[in-house]
Amino acid sequence: MIFGLFFDYTVTMKLSLSARERIFAAFLVLPCLLFVAIFAFYPILYSFYLSLHRIILSLPGLKQPFIGLANYRELLHDAVALHSLVNTFAFVFASTFFELVFGLIIALIINRHFSGRGIVRAAVLVPWAIPTVVASQMWRFIFNDNYGLLNYLLFGSGVTSYKAWLADPFFAFSAIVVADVWKTSSFAALIILAGLQTIPDELYEAARIDGAGAWNRFRSITLPLIKPALLIALLFRTMDAFRVFDLVFVMTQGGPADSTNVLQFYGYKKIFAEGLMGYGSTISVLVFLVTFSVSLLYIRMIGSRILQEKT
Amino acid sequence: MKERLEKAGFAVLTLFVVCLSLLPFLWFLDTSLKTPIDITAIPPAIVPSGSFHFYESAIENYNLLHFVKNSMIVAGASTLITILLSVFAGYALARLRMKYKGIIMGSFLLVSMFPQISIAGPVWKILQSFGWLNTYQGLVLPYVTLTLPLGIWITASFFRELPGELEDAAKIDGCGHVQTLFKVIIPLAAPGVFTAALLVFIYAWNEFFFALLIMTEKSYQTLPVGIALFQGQYTMPWGEIAAASTVATVPLVLLVFLFQRRIVRGLSAGAIKG
Repeated sequence: MIFGLFFDYTVTMKLSLSARERIFAAFLVLPCLLFVAIFAFYPILYSFYLSLHRIILSLPGLKQPFIGLANYRELLHDAVALHSLVNTFAFVFASTFFELVFGLIIALIINRHFSGRGIVRAAVLVPWAIPTVVASQMWRFIFNDNYGLLNYLLFGSGVTSYKAWLADPFFAFSAIVVADVWKTSSFAALIILAGLQTIPDELYEAARIDGAGAWNRFRSITLPLIKPALLIALLFRTMDAFRVFDLVFVMTQGGPADSTNVLQFYGYKKIFAEGLMGYGSTISVLVFLVTFSVSLLYIRMIGSRILQEKT
Repeated sequence: MKERLEKAGFAVLTLFVVCLSLLPFLWFLDTSLKTPIDITAIPPAIVPSGSFHFYESAIENYNLLHFVKNSMIVAGASTLITILLSVFAGYALARLRMKYKGIIMGSFLLVSMFPQISIAGPVWKILQSFGWLNTYQGLVLPYVTLTLPLGIWITASFFRELPGELEDAAKIDGCGHVQTLFKVIIPLAAPGVFTAALLVFIYAWNEFFFALLIMTEKSYQTLPVGIALFQGQYTMPWGEIAAASTVATVPLVLLVFLFQRRIVRGLSAGAIKG
């Protein structure tokens, strides 16, 4: 009887303690959830709502008539939008491919032990830290037709053969890929580095004793073991490449002939330069749906590994 | 012999990667120290004349210091608020019993992957309805939202590494939850909190898209917007752009060289459990 009372007492005590902990935890997370709800999740829904209306910022007298899916029908026939969609995918594919290749090379370098490694690590991080706008202006200057460094390196003082790189559709697109790869390969490298650091040295030792050469060791030990890290780097880089904007805005303004027009830039132009908030919002929704499905695909591939590790 | 060759090859590769990383920016830095005549010279002048002409011109003709001030206010305020909120949320998610942790972490991850354009129009409309376009808080609020995921993930990953007995010990000493957080956990995880602050600051200092939408008046624009919109009357003011770019970048390069180790850890903690 007395034992039973004592037991009850501790149970209720425990319950109230853990309940208090839960309430406290919820209270701590609440401000962040509010921010994210107001400035991220609500705007996504609001974008969808706006895309069903005709809204022209310069004509407020028009009000906001509901027009159903008319904006989406217009989007289907918009050749520039389609072109931007294709460009965006081409950019995502090209830039993430090179970023993973260079990222892997950089990661292999900065994973080795040598004196001065800290300085080398800092040096390869510099492009990552530089504001994208600065990197864009810098590459735009290097690609400049009259006195850019690239023309001088290729053609010396033979000014007549100097090329206007950013005025050529193919080279302008390539220039943006180059600038992005330069800027963000080191980010991919750091994620791959985290993967490399989990491989125990003994594995390499054992392989060496078995007579495996450097290439074989790389292929049958390193590559399979960093696959999760590579996939995560791929996920992060892909999502980031989908929102390429700064490079395009500064280096090409989407030109020449829309060859570097990408969805985020096109949407920006429609909504803010032309004031077509309704029609532009269909592009916002499109970009969201595309990136959301691509990220779901990746997260499926990676498994729920990241989330599990995080919680 | 073979080993020595391998070592030499590795050294060459390392040097190549370092040069590739640094030279493009050093060229821009070099450009900022030239005179107007040097800039268009062919062959290009390698050694700058060491003139501060373009810095003076950027300050006088392009309001460079104004952009610096705005960037400092916006990035500083965003970092402070984000870190304060992240420390609370990160602590709850890392060390307290709580429901729906997975969903909450997952939704923060989702936010960090949002393409900005998918929320740009509504965010602009919300700020407009408050009359907060061209105000500091108008830019700080979206920045806090966009940097919270980064801040929470990093602080949570550092909090998780502290030994599990800390709370029990603090409880025995009579500390409540709030006291435990402020007197025990935060001091011990200070390096992690600092790392998160560093990364959030760099993000906010560099952000361009929202700054471009929200700050349409020159007097409120941040450095990236200023640098992107530099226009000369007849030609591109490359020297001034290079000077402003150097001013925007040098603080970040210093941070990278001073805190390389923390940044490496912080970024990989944001992605993989390091």
